[in-house]
Amino acid sequence: MTDVAVVGFAQAPCVRRSDSTTSGVEMLVPIFAEVLASTGLAKGDIGFWCSGSSDYLAGRAFSFVQAVDAIGAFPPIMESHVEMDGAWALYEAWVKIRTGDADVALAYGFGKSSAGDLRRVLALQLDPYLLAPLWPDSVSIAALQARLGIDAGLWSEKEMAEVAARSRAAAVSNPRAQVSGEISAEELGTRPYIAEPLRAHDCAPVGDGAAVVILASAERAPGLCARPAWITGFEHRIDSGSLGARDLTTAPSAVAAGRAAGAGAVDVAELHAPFTHQEILLREALGLAGSVRVNPSGGALCGNPMFAAGLARIGEAARQIMTGRAGRALGHATGGPALQQNLVCVLEAR
Amino acid sequence: MTYVTQPLRAPLDIGFDYTRSLGPTLSQFMTALAGRRILGSRGADGTVHAPPFEYDPVTFAPPAELVEVGPEGIVTSWTWMAQPLEGQPLPHPFAWALIRLDGAGTAMLHAVDAGSAAAMRTGLRVRPRWAASTTGSIRDIACFVPCAPGEPGQHAPQEHAPQPVTMMTSPVLLHYEHTASPGESSYLRGLAAGRLLGQRCPACGKVYFPSRGVCPADGVPATDEVELPHTGTVTTFCVVNVPFPGQRVTPPYVAGAILLDGADITFQHLILGCPASEVRMGMRVRAVWKPRAEWGTTAENIDHFRPSGEPDAPYDSYARHL
Repeated sequence: MTDVAVVGFAQAPCVRRSDSTTSGVEMLVPIFAEVLASTGLAKGDIGFWCSGSSDYLAGRAFSFVQAVDAIGAFPPIMESHVEMDGAWALYEAWVKIRTGDADVALAYGFGKSSAGDLRRVLALQLDPYLLAPLWPDSVSIAALQARLGIDAGLWSEKEMAEVAARSRAAAVSNPRAQVSGEISAEELGTRPYIAEPLRAHDCAPVGDGAAVVILASAERAPGLCARPAWITGFEHRIDSGSLGARDLTTAPSAVAAGRAAGAGAVDVAELHAPFTHQEILLREALGLAGSVRVNPSGGALCGNPMFAAGLARIGEAARQIMTGRAGRALGHATGGPALQQNLVCVLEAR
Repeated sequence: MTYVTQPLRAPLDIGFDYTRSLGPTLSQFMTALAGRRILGSRGADGTVHAPPFEYDPVTFAPPAELVEVGPEGIVTSWTWMAQPLEGQPLPHPFAWALIRLDGAGTAMLHAVDAGSAAAMRTGLRVRPRWAASTTGSIRDIACFVPCAPGEPGQHAPQEHAPQPVTMMTSPVLLHYEHTASPGESSYLRGLAAGRLLGQRCPACGKVYFPSRGVCPADGVPATDEVELPHTGTVTTFCVVNVPFPGQRVTPPYVAGAILLDGADITFQHLILGCPASEVRMGMRVRAVWKPRAEWGTTAENIDHFRPSGEPDAPYDSYARHL
């Protein structure tokens, strides 16, 4: 099977409220143009397209079909979709190239959270018998997880604030970030709780956005990118949907995906941690050394467009390699409540 | 691409019920809840899961037996919900908590009516407050409440053996604010002014009415505005004979695909003003507008299309638009 590399990445600005429709077309058109131009590809060169999005978030049926308008799908294209973060669409695209069905593939994700009430929409991803009828919101579930870790001595509110402060400072150099700025962890720690023990800085901002990544086979990649980011491991796993039955202070699926993908020795990691304590949890679960640079883009805490933010983490990790800032990088994506599903993609320069 | 006006926005509420079958394990659990008892399942490793698993997380076998747990338990984690959201168990501030019921090794998520965050702590002992009437749902437990110190364990009165619960219905109600694309906004604003505005793709030259925003063949915004006449051709149609709720015209009547003169895609509208049996492919039609006072940013400003009396359009003139 052929090796596969990331050869292009583009991301729409993460904004509190986009003028786009919920089918994402207006956010996707400019970034398709940007990523195709960066690789010198035309749309007809893409052998397989795959998207990640959610009709619940979009508030309309078959929003992903309407999104195909942004491609200009004539003559007809080979296309697929996952009702998950675009990182899982990228996984499908990777499989398509590995199995020889395409030599260049494009994955994209989009989400317009501002159209609805994200905390309620996400209740519908829970167990439909025992959890969803109570409408527990996504922030409260993360808060339950955060407190368990605090009580177990695995992290503290101070360490959580430090994650937020470091992320916001890193995002100053990311023009696509929704939140950025220099602020001390001490000052953040004085702010009120929004869902004890979580404060606003502990939670990713709600906002709209989209991301796109292009993959190419070993034969095609060198002609499309001066320094392709070669994928050496790509794995995803899932934990039980029963919140009370698993140990929420770790994520066995992240541990397993990281081990299988070879998460160990990397220079930089882009972790999809929508809550500060989840970054600390993931560093431990993936076995990242203290020297690993985490989220130089600012991460999901500075821009978390649903169904695109995980894909953007892999794109940002690849960008570290494509721009020569890292030799080996890790991109991570999550889905579901309290890090239920985890995906790890390890990339390297050659 | 710049737009001088903001896109149109409008609220949309989406409501529907999910009706689900429960399967053997959850059916027993829900039936017990209707009788104000809580059941768990014992796993191969001896751990009692409450709520019960349907398949053992170690052996993947269905539970051999369900055992009664609780009804009291202890809080293993909690957070404070200062502003409860629609649909949540309590309308006033409450705690979300993971609660490990007596006899169980796992926790269940539910609400605790504690009065204030200051009353909450990990390790707090709580007991269920049952709903006034129970139906076989997780919401038969209205919430949990703190046990008073020294309070003896309370058992809910045992009711008559309830009928087995095998189905559940979950209502879903979500609220959105939809934004029309710039092209759709222009199309809808045109309608509000009695004008039919389409957009031309700068790449392929096709004219879209109604707006597609982006040309689906080329993937570029169709930005060039084109005003279209109020006449067109029926490319295809169907005669509606079936009554349905909300129907505004008495059957039989005709829903047709209409190709406005100068447009490259059809749109659907009513064709009235002649017997349904006279409607045909190629028939020329003209828009009949509602009184101006009733207009809004909607295609409903056009009440229907009626025959214009012109000779039929030749098949070749619309063959590529079928």
